[in-house]
Amino acid sequence: MKTAITAAQAAALVPDGAVVLIGGFMAVGSPHRLIDALVARGARDLTIIANDTAMPGKGIGKLITARAARRVIASHIGLNPETQAQMIAGALEVELVPQGTLVERIRAAGVGLGGVLTPTGVGTLVAEGKQVLTLEGRDYLLEMPLKADVALIAAHEADYLGNLNYSLTAHNFNPVMALAATTTIAEPGQIVPVGVIPPDAVKTPGVLVDHILERPH
Amino acid sequence: MDAKEIIARRVAQEIAPGSLVNLGIGLPSLVASFVPVERGVFFQAENGVIGLGARPPEGMEDPDLTDAGGGFVTAVPGAASIDSVMSFGLIRGGHLDVTVLGGLQVDARGLLANWMVPGHMVPGMGGAMDLVAGARRVIVAMQHTARGKPKIVARCTLPLTALRPVSLIVTELAVIRPEADGLHLLECGPGVTPEAVQAATEAPLILSGGIREMTL
Repeated sequence: MKTAITAAQAAALVPDGAVVLIGGFMAVGSPHRLIDALVARGARDLTIIANDTAMPGKGIGKLITARAARRVIASHIGLNPETQAQMIAGALEVELVPQGTLVERIRAAGVGLGGVLTPTGVGTLVAEGKQVLTLEGRDYLLEMPLKADVALIAAHEADYLGNLNYSLTAHNFNPVMALAATTTIAEPGQIVPVGVIPPDAVKTPGVLVDHILERPH
Repeated sequence: MDAKEIIARRVAQEIAPGSLVNLGIGLPSLVASFVPVERGVFFQAENGVIGLGARPPEGMEDPDLTDAGGGFVTAVPGAASIDSVMSFGLIRGGHLDVTVLGGLQVDARGLLANWMVPGHMVPGMGGAMDLVAGARRVIVAMQHTARGKPKIVARCTLPLTALRPVSLIVTELAVIRPEADGLHLLECGPGVTPEAVQAATEAPLILSGGIREMTL
């Protein structure tokens, strides 16, 4: 059984300079209370790996506005002018990764693969500095795993074993991110007794979850 | 009928019954409203739903049900919610029948540039590179020119989205199919002559006869 922790306790588990996976897609399915707690703690120099940086004042956008990040690895920053402004000013390093490649690099780290071969990005700016392998007549880029210190993910429900399920388009990157960090902290919409989430409905087994965020008061 | 509606209506004709389709943000997303429900088409949003429905009425929005642009949507009966691994597995794995994308430039080789303007706009490629690499058919839906300048050019000056040529280009002036020998003009927009299409196009067009007017 796991003990639910407070948002402040969770934020203390994310040291300055940490590499952090954060779930969500344009702030849908993001761990909003964990993000708020990181901002409140005044986190600095984070490397944030996420699909996008949302919008100013929403989701991961709050961490950008608070200047908590030194580096961002994402597929899209177009809806957050602050990310672009900090990048142009040289205050924030941004690595843009095709979305499907980002998913698989995270998955590779989580499932013990040494890298991923993908046709995506061959012959484009994304291919610069990367190894190209030709297999059965087709070119692939070798993309390396993306491992993190901490994963901050959002779920629909959790039980006290850490089993998680998700809702509609709030799945997005959350299930795969649960695999790829040394410490995974889940922010569920609600916490239910063990057994309430039936085995077939568990999308992330509790063995992957180190901490559960307590319910909002 | 304005340019965007002409494009959306014409692209909708390309969507075969029962297919799985991904529509990009902006102009491509207009295509859905011209695909009849009885055609049994499923729309995918890459953030994680197969079976995207219309915008919900005000007050009926579900904060956990959005499209890839972050707008509220509904899910049709038979829809499936999926995570990003499955979503991009479908895209990259060749399970998506059609992707409709916007374009900044398409060139004589049929290559698309649609994700950045160096020094001006660096939004990121999102899912575009995976969609062009993996979908069975790639349709570019875009206005023929931007501020009077041709968007169908001899060679893309903007960074490419992929090395794979697109399947079809649909604008308000023309339907164009890239092939190994160049860009074939198949159809002209309502009241538009092939000469007018060529005049608005930097890349040379191949007029191989049988050019029709779009029926909308």
